[in-house]
Amino acid sequence: MKSFKFFLLIFITVNYSACAQQVDSEIKAEEPIGVNYTTELIIDELSIPWGMAFLPDGSLLITEKSGELIHFKNNERVTISGLPEVYNRGQGGLLDVIIHPKFSENGWIYFSYASQEGDGDGGNTAIMRAKLDGNTLIDKQVLYKAEPNTTKGQHFGSRLVFDNEGFLYFSVGDRGNRDENPQDITRDCGKIYRLNDDGTVPNDNPFISEPNAKTAIYSYGHRNPQGMFKHPETGEIWTHEHGPQGGDEINIIQKGLNYGWPKISYGINYSGTTLTENTALPGMEQPLFYWVPSIAPSGFAIISSDKYPEWKGDLLVGSLKFQYLERLVLENNKVVKREKLFEGLGRVRNVVQAPDGYIYVSIENLGIVKIVPKS
Amino acid sequence: MSRLVMFSVVYLLCFNVFGQNSANNEDVIDSIDRGVIIYEDFCMNCHLVDGEGVKNVIPPLAASDFLMKKRSESLKVVKFGQSGKMVVNGKTYNGSMAAMGLTNQEIADVMNYITNSFGNSNAIKFTEQEVLKIEK
Repeated sequence: MKSFKFFLLIFITVNYSACAQQVDSEIKAEEPIGVNYTTELIIDELSIPWGMAFLPDGSLLITEKSGELIHFKNNERVTISGLPEVYNRGQGGLLDVIIHPKFSENGWIYFSYASQEGDGDGGNTAIMRAKLDGNTLIDKQVLYKAEPNTTKGQHFGSRLVFDNEGFLYFSVGDRGNRDENPQDITRDCGKIYRLNDDGTVPNDNPFISEPNAKTAIYSYGHRNPQGMFKHPETGEIWTHEHGPQGGDEINIIQKGLNYGWPKISYGINYSGTTLTENTALPGMEQPLFYWVPSIAPSGFAIISSDKYPEWKGDLLVGSLKFQYLERLVLENNKVVKREKLFEGLGRVRNVVQAPDGYIYVSIENLGIVKIVPKS
Repeated sequence: MSRLVMFSVVYLLCFNVFGQNSANNEDVIDSIDRGVIIYEDFCMNCHLVDGEGVKNVIPPLAASDFLMKKRSESLKVVKFGQSGKMVVNGKTYNGSMAAMGLTNQEIADVMNYITNSFGNSNAIKFTEQEVLKIEK
């Protein structure tokens, strides 16, 4: 009887551990109470408005994933011509767009897109800069093209940000090859990259003297970062990334560090099986916050303007999955509260704080809304 | 994967009962094998691992009347994407799905998989030629 019990115990233990156990995020997303703001539809009839860049004249560049670059000026939309060929498959397409910090002087526009350039079937993430001449792109330069091409549909990453020193950061997701890409610095994908504004590699990049390394890599061990901003006070680059089932993360990017994917994760496989036994390992960074269950985060902003006094310093993250804008309140870089804003408007693809201080949110199959005080 | 094996067995049994020839069966099994990979790559994020979808947001593929009864409309959704209202199992969904940029063969493969998984069963194989003929 005793040995039966023993075997039963082993049996239960084995079964139990075969099914991955997940602990929900300690801080849960709450329904908002007494929100003083509402949304105002600025541009309608957009499908998947992936990127938004505000120009100094108050006009707005919008990327549609399908491959269209729209210039919205004086309430009119113009389609920009002269784009590179965009590989529109799965999660790939025309993705983020930003302008150079000195755009008024040099006119450079930067954007990310899935490209079939190079050897092999399929595509991978590319970064281009160009200038606007009327309604046409000119002076196009491909600054980076991740390799190898693959017909996989996932994880192009693609958010773009400049830091205070004028370096360009961008993300490339693991492209559906988590076992080979993210932990290997001689391969692209599953990385945050840093370049000079002209596409050359800064000579103090972390892996500049590593043999065979992709020297544009700044940090590695990422899955699919689709949110990135520069912190207005510290100048740090903050990102979030999609986890698998559970385990979306917020990270502060530091030079040369390994963020762990897929060796460590708070997520499990979509099938419910264990992906990794480890949520922490030496030499790998812990996230600032992780989401279980996943919200499928896209777009990332921090409120630094004076337009929303009670939200100042809070983070905003779009949720593709639950179709709301999440507000996260921080205390000493720790998330202490989460709130669901504007639930039901649609899949939130991007959120930015514009130069006018207002927050603009792009929503799939709706358009772009501005967050304004309730009148 | 075990689900696929189980399905394959059931599928072969069904086909033998209905008297289809076995060369065709092997074709379908190959197509479904490829369809699994397409599903995991392009569809599973939203429709989830058992085709259950997301309540009120993403329609289910599992036991979906739309998928199983509206053959050409379903193909159209996968080939060209879809937005606006659609009714699945009596519930109205008002979302959208972008076209995934799949080839006609890939669409046939994934259709063979989803119409023979999650409790669905379909005796008429999807082919590249059938997908080719679908127009917007």
